[in-house]
Amino acid sequence: MFMSSFAQSLIPLTGPGSGVKRNKILPVGSVAPQFTLFVTPNQTLSLRELLGRPVILAFYPADWSPICGDQMALYNEVLPEFASYRAALVGISVDSVWCHAAFAAARNLHFPLASDFEPKGQIARLYRAYRDADGTSERALFVIDRNGIIAWSYLSPVAVNPGADGILEALDKLTGKTMG
Amino acid sequence: MNRLLVPVHANDHIQGGADAEWTLVEYGDYQCPVCGQAYPILKQLQEHLRHRLRFVFRNFPLRQIHRMAEFAAETAEFASAHGRFWQMHDLLFENQEDLESELLFRLTTKIGLSADELQQSLVSEIYRDRIDLDFRGGIRSGVNGTPTFFINGVRHDGSFDFDTLLRSIAEAD
Repeated sequence: MFMSSFAQSLIPLTGPGSGVKRNKILPVGSVAPQFTLFVTPNQTLSLRELLGRPVILAFYPADWSPICGDQMALYNEVLPEFASYRAALVGISVDSVWCHAAFAAARNLHFPLASDFEPKGQIARLYRAYRDADGTSERALFVIDRNGIIAWSYLSPVAVNPGADGILEALDKLTGKTMG
Repeated sequence: MNRLLVPVHANDHIQGGADAEWTLVEYGDYQCPVCGQAYPILKQLQEHLRHRLRFVFRNFPLRQIHRMAEFAAETAEFASAHGRFWQMHDLLFENQEDLESELLFRLTTKIGLSADELQQSLVSEIYRDRIDLDFRGGIRSGVNGTPTFFINGVRHDGSFDFDTLLRSIAEAD
């Protein structure tokens, strides 16, 4: 698929569809690294402010690129559903706060976009979701439980919008809620 | 591989019989230009495959970026309550570039329904729950934008030009 056969021969696969890429990001059970990032030109957001309820972290490569736009636009529509689990959603990319502000206004987004801008990609690196070759974060999703432990994570191919179904299933499991 | 979690049901908007070899489900938004591009291709596919294809349309309005999407979907549901869903569905896509409130009322009158009654139903949002139900089922099935297609219950991730869709349909179980 996305790996060369040479790479595949070196790296043992651990299950169907898994491979080095899937295993790369910070795994389930890890303590979610703390962060404090700007979400507006003069306002920061810290992970610890959000704990006590589930937190969805959506790392994405860049504001404005068509796929990210669709993904963030989709999550924007699913906010009421996320809210029914009392979950907080934060989008994170290496874009600057001004870029985020323009993007959020253009897409009418109603959730915070955190700017992992200086030092660039520092938080993405902590979650092992940084792409050195591209200088952007991966398209990676994390659901963090109320105690700050990663309960679910997913690394999507950069060009594929991962949708919201995986997030909602993870929230179901966390909260014992069934599909409704 | 994403699968359709909500099977085709009696309240769906369906063209074609349950005995068709293939079922194509579209999650769409009347204001989405890409859905507008898909519309004539789907018509072509239906003409080409005839009774062998069953087509289902489900609502997936992106309300935050498409100001008219919800109103358009509610107008189609209003038409549906009077047995004219597909007429309105087609007219909405065929007139997508003029999608404003005025168009919704004009099309309603055109298919012989009452604009006043439409107005009342839009104000009271009586069709919103039905649209939400489509939307939420879509999210759970992995709909990640519009249009999203499912062929015999499996999400179609390729492009949606005629040849690609036809090939995916032919290869579906």
